[in-house]
Amino acid sequence: MKKIEVVQNILEANEFIAAQNQRLLDKHKIFAINIMSSPGAGKTSLILQTIARLKDKLRIGVIEGDVASTLDAEKVKVEAIAVAQINTRNMLESCSLNANMISHAFQSLPLKDIDLLLIENVGNLICPSEFVLGEHKRVVISSLPEGDDKPIKYPMIFADADAVVINKIDFLPYVDFDIDSFEKTLQGLNPEVKIFQVSCKAGAGIENWCSWLLDELKANS
Amino acid sequence: MHELGITENIVNIALDKAKEAQVGKIVRINLVVGELSGFVPDCIEFYFDFLSKDSIAEGAILNFESAPAQLRCRNCCAIFHPQDTLWNCPKCQSQSLEITGGRELYIENMEVE
Repeated sequence: MKKIEVVQNILEANEFIAAQNQRLLDKHKIFAINIMSSPGAGKTSLILQTIARLKDKLRIGVIEGDVASTLDAEKVKVEAIAVAQINTRNMLESCSLNANMISHAFQSLPLKDIDLLLIENVGNLICPSEFVLGEHKRVVISSLPEGDDKPIKYPMIFADADAVVINKIDFLPYVDFDIDSFEKTLQGLNPEVKIFQVSCKAGAGIENWCSWLLDELKANS
Repeated sequence: MHELGITENIVNIALDKAKEAQVGKIVRINLVVGELSGFVPDCIEFYFDFLSKDSIAEGAILNFESAPAQLRCRNCCAIFHPQDTLWNCPKCQSQSLEITGGRELYIENMEVE
């Protein structure tokens, strides 16, 4: 029997399309953020807060990834320049966005009119970590009610994050969440990560998060 | 959950390589799957049977070699395999660790006729 050497990364097809996506974003001078978290951690809330703070400075577009429904897109479209909804229920993968879905979403967005693109991934801490989309920065949200053990249980998504947003910080008196221990584990896995403590509900910490976004956007342009 | 797309890639890569090599039948595909990657071999096998139907890969055996998780301590440079979910360096107890292995997902080679 004959043997053929292959040694080919199975995710190569996704990575190829992701690189194409990033070239298109760069051509249009768009800074793109991939926002990932478990369901209910506050992805949509962070997007709404970000738009509210930055809409006078930047033209913001949003890609909403959900298994089903247009609930989040409805909430966001009031504030954003443009919103593209991806429902993964009808696709090969339902648990994460991938680069191909993003390249299709680009077709329904006015790319020349966007400075900042916020991509809301499907709520999940495992699958999105395997698929790059062409984004410039990867952001993970972890919220206090979920517990402080998420970087231990899902190390990959935290190891690759450029920033981690600790949301629902106003829950601190009511839950057993050890912020020091969370940050220590996180920085152990990822010494370069930028950490923000915020409350999307009360608005605390959003200023810092937005000024980091603005700095990174300028550094990229 | 995302194994269907991944399996589609495996079938495409295998068929391309077989075409390049001008062979008539793929008998076995040897894959390497990292312990820390989110992919489940059983799921890939299930989808493979479906996706390879009526192709020269139909009936091929998928052989999965697991690539172990490997961590490097940023403090003392020890390289080790984590024993449980609490990641500490066995030498200096540091939690400052870099993931250096276990995220692989690739086709190593295939056996053909």
